[in-house]
Amino acid sequence: MTSKTPGNYSITVESKPSAIAGVFEQIQSKLVNNNFGKDDIFAIHLTLEEAFLNAVKHGNKMDPSKKVKVEYSVDEDKVEILITDQGPGFKPEAVEDPRFGENLFKPGGRGLLLMNSYMDMVKYNPEGNSVHMIRYKEKPYLTKSKDQKK
Amino acid sequence: MTTIQPNIGVEYAENATIVSFTDEKILEEKDINSLQESIMSVIDQAERINLILDFRNVKFLSSAVLGLLIRISKRIYEHNGRLRLCNIDSKIYEIFKITRLTKTFDIYRDVKSATKDLAEVN
Repeated sequence: MTSKTPGNYSITVESKPSAIAGVFEQIQSKLVNNNFGKDDIFAIHLTLEEAFLNAVKHGNKMDPSKKVKVEYSVDEDKVEILITDQGPGFKPEAVEDPRFGENLFKPGGRGLLLMNSYMDMVKYNPEGNSVHMIRYKEKPYLTKSKDQKK
Repeated sequence: MTTIQPNIGVEYAENATIVSFTDEKILEEKDINSLQESIMSVIDQAERINLILDFRNVKFLSSAVLGLLIRISKRIYEHNGRLRLCNIDSKIYEIFKITRLTKTFDIYRDVKSATKDLAEVN
């Protein structure tokens, strides 16, 4: 794996869609503690759901014996998340753009687009089974307390 | 209003069937599958449905719900019906914009304006 690990926190969870709820709760409390706003929290929640579901469904192919590892860090400026599954990986560049042509009418294929839209950086390892994402805080100066602005 | 398990309310107006999502978050695949079953059943029971999907309670959804909406719209058009979406929260509307689904779906401010539009096209 070549992605730099965000560090700080690491959780390995069961490979089932509902398992992300507990992980998000942990991240959310740290986002709130670091004064991230509602828009940031919405964006991070959505991205986490999409990336985790990709790991469970397309990476681990719903195999209950496999796991998903979520590593993350939150500071006052940014949140960094690394999600790794135990699947063979995929080539993100091979995923068609869901916004055009016939793809607009296909039910799937929008998760990656949303991840790319809501995060400032989305990068896969060469194997394609680990995604590293960063989002910088929206309007960081405005969300800081008066004391922090000084 | 009739409440159908799981998670939708159904109301019949003069020229439209209004289905409202009752959950604030729509995420779980099993919930999405249940929603699909319930809504498809409403569509199939009507001969030529004018369906309004009311998102007033929904504050969060994943891309899997967008897939559900695509499947619903296909079923409605197979039945020569019409679909309108309304009361979409601004953050969720942003998801529709990013995915360009604002080009695919007819989205209205509220049930009243969606109903009015359906009355005019009938």
